[in-house]
Amino acid sequence: MFEGLLIGLQTVFSIKMLVVVIGGCLIGTFIGMLPGLGPMSIIAIMIPVAISMGDPAAALILLAGVYYGAIFGGSTSSILLNAPGVAGTVATSFDGYPMTKQGKAGKALTIAAIASFCGGTVGAILLMLFAPMLSSVALLFHSAEYFALMVVGLSAIAAFAGKGQVAKALLMTTVGLIMATVGEGALFNMPRFTMGVMDLQSGFGFITLAMAMFALPEVLFLVLNPKPIAGSGMAQIKDLRITRSEARSIAPVIARQSIQGFFIGVLPGAGATIASFLGYAVERNIAPKKEQELFGKGSIKGLAAPEAANNAACTGSFVPLLTLGIPGSGTTAILLGALIALNVSPGPRLMLDEPQIFWSVIISMYIGNLILLILNLPLIPYIAKVLSVPRNFLIPFIMFFTLMGAYIGQNNATELLLLVGFGVFATALKFADYPLAPLLIGFILGGMLEDNFSRSMQLYDGIAFIWERPMTLGLLVIALILIILPSWREHKSKKKNENEPT
Amino acid sequence: MALDRWIALIFLTICLAYGYTAWFTMDEGLPPIMQRNPIWPSTFPKLLSVVGLVTSLLILLGHEKKDQETGEIDYRHLQDYNVSQAVGLLFLMVLYAVSLKPIGFLLSTSLFLTIGAYILGERKWVLMIVISMLTALSVWYLVSEILGIYMRPMPNASLLEGF
Repeated sequence: MFEGLLIGLQTVFSIKMLVVVIGGCLIGTFIGMLPGLGPMSIIAIMIPVAISMGDPAAALILLAGVYYGAIFGGSTSSILLNAPGVAGTVATSFDGYPMTKQGKAGKALTIAAIASFCGGTVGAILLMLFAPMLSSVALLFHSAEYFALMVVGLSAIAAFAGKGQVAKALLMTTVGLIMATVGEGALFNMPRFTMGVMDLQSGFGFITLAMAMFALPEVLFLVLNPKPIAGSGMAQIKDLRITRSEARSIAPVIARQSIQGFFIGVLPGAGATIASFLGYAVERNIAPKKEQELFGKGSIKGLAAPEAANNAACTGSFVPLLTLGIPGSGTTAILLGALIALNVSPGPRLMLDEPQIFWSVIISMYIGNLILLILNLPLIPYIAKVLSVPRNFLIPFIMFFTLMGAYIGQNNATELLLLVGFGVFATALKFADYPLAPLLIGFILGGMLEDNFSRSMQLYDGIAFIWERPMTLGLLVIALILIILPSWREHKSKKKNENEPT
Repeated sequence: MALDRWIALIFLTICLAYGYTAWFTMDEGLPPIMQRNPIWPSTFPKLLSVVGLVTSLLILLGHEKKDQETGEIDYRHLQDYNVSQAVGLLFLMVLYAVSLKPIGFLLSTSLFLTIGAYILGERKWVLMIVISMLTALSVWYLVSEILGIYMRPMPNASLLEGF
C-alpha cells in the first residue's frame, strides 16, 4: 500500500496535476453553487475537457475535483439562500439557513467546510483501506459473477429509488440497456437495431446522452421555473471563526457521520442524498433532549451531520467504481463513461495494471479536500458573487457549454440535434417523475453486462452457469429480493391499513 | 391518464418493436456457423425486451400507487411557467446545430448567446453582443488552438454560394 501511496504522490505532486485539482475544485464550487445545477450536469459538461486532456489520471482527478467542489458549492447556496444546488445538500439547508437568518452565515460556512473536509478525508482513508481488500476479492470473480454483480447493482439502484418509483427505475434501467444494444457491438460483427441509419452504426454517444439526461432538463427547469438566484444573505458573510466548545460538540457528530456516510456511499443506489438525510435523522435522534429541539432552528450539530455524511458518501461511491468497475450512482456512472472513453477499464485489475491512476485519485482526494478548506472557504464571499450574475446571461451560457460538450465529443452536428431531441424527452420524463440516472447507468453498463453474460453462456454452453456457480446464484437471488421487497412491503402495509378499521 | 402512464405506453410500443425485431426478424441473416453458438446477437435483446415489456405494463396498469405529490414542476399547470421561453431556447439550439457548419463557429455562437439572452428578456444590447463575441472568440481559441479540435471559425464560402 505504501508503494502505491508513493506512486500516487509522485503523480499528483506535479504542477500540472495540482493545477488540475485546484481548477476542478474551483469550477465545481462555482457551478455547484448555482441552484438547480447538480454535480451530474457539471461533470457531464466537464467531460469533453477531461477527455481531451488525454491523460486518464489527470481526467479522473479533474472530474473528482469537480465533484467535491460541486457538493461543497451546493452546501454554500443551501446555507446562504436556502436553495440547494444539489440534492445531496438539501439536508444542509435545514439548519444552515436558519443560522444565516440569525446572522451566523460565516460560522455556518466554516462548520460546513470543516465537516466536509473531515468527511472527505475520513472517506479517503477508508477508501484506501477497503478498496484493495475488495479488489483482491473481486479478482476471484468470473464473468458469471460479474454479470450477477451488475444485475445486483442495477436492481439495487431501482430498489432504492423510493416509494412508487421501483418499476419506473427498473424500466429506465432497461431502456438504458436497450439503448446500449444499438449499434455495432464488440462481440458480434454486425450492426444491431440501427434501422438502416448510418449515424447509429456506432451507437448513441455517451456524452450526448449524459448531457441530454442531466444538463439540459435542469437548464430547462431553470427557464420554466425561475428560482431566486440573488439573495439578501450575501452581504453578511463575516466572522468565520467557531469557538472551542462548538468544535468539541460537533467533533463526535462529524466522526460518526463520516464513517456512516462512507458505508452508505459504497452501497449502489444510495449515495450522498440518502447519506445526508440519514445522517441528519440519526444525529437528531441520539442528541440530548435539549439539543433535539434546536434541530431545524440552527443547530450546529444538525449542520455538521449532513455535511460530513454527504462528503464521505461521495468518496464511498468511488469504491465500487474503482474496485469492481461498477458505478453505484449517476455521477460515478458518468466518471466510468469518461474512463472508458480514455481506454481505461476500471475494475479489480486497475490497481495492478495502472496503479498510478488508482492512487493518484486517492491522493487527489486529500488534496481536493484540503483545497476546499483552505482555498475555497476564504474565497466564498467572492465566489458567492456568481449568484448575482443575471440568469439571462447564465442560462444561454450553460446551454452553449452543453452543446459544445456534445459537439467536441463527436464532432458532428447531427449529434446536437440528437441532444436536443433526447433533452426534450428527458424533460418530459422528469415531469412524469421518472428517475433519469438509472437510464444512464444502464446505458453505460449495458455493453459490459452483455459481454459478461455472453462469455458465461459460451463457457457453460447455455444458462447452466446460473445454478452451477453458487455465488452467481446467490447474487441473482439477492437481486430478485431487492426488486420484490419494496412492492411486497407496500402490499403488506396496504393489507394492514385495510384490516385496521374493522 | 397521467403523463407517467402515457410515457409507459410509449416505452411499451418501443419494447414491442424492439422485441419483435429481436425474436422474429433479427436471426434471419445469421450465418449457419454462428447458429451453433449458444449465444446469438439476439439473445440478450430478447431478455431485455421481456423485462421492458413487464415493467412498462406494470406502470401502465398502475400497479404501483404513487404518493399524491407533484414534483418540482406540475406539468398539469404548464401554462403557469415560462413555456414560450423554453421552447424558444430549444428552437434556438436546433438553429445553432444547423447553422454551425455553414456560417462558422464564431458567428453562430455569438448569435446564439445574444439571441438566447434576448429570449430570456435581456435588452442591454451592447453588453450582450460584447460578451457573446468575447466568449465565442475565447472558446474557439481554447478548443481549436489549445485542445486541437478543428472547428470552422468563418462562414463556409462554398456552402453559401448557392444563396
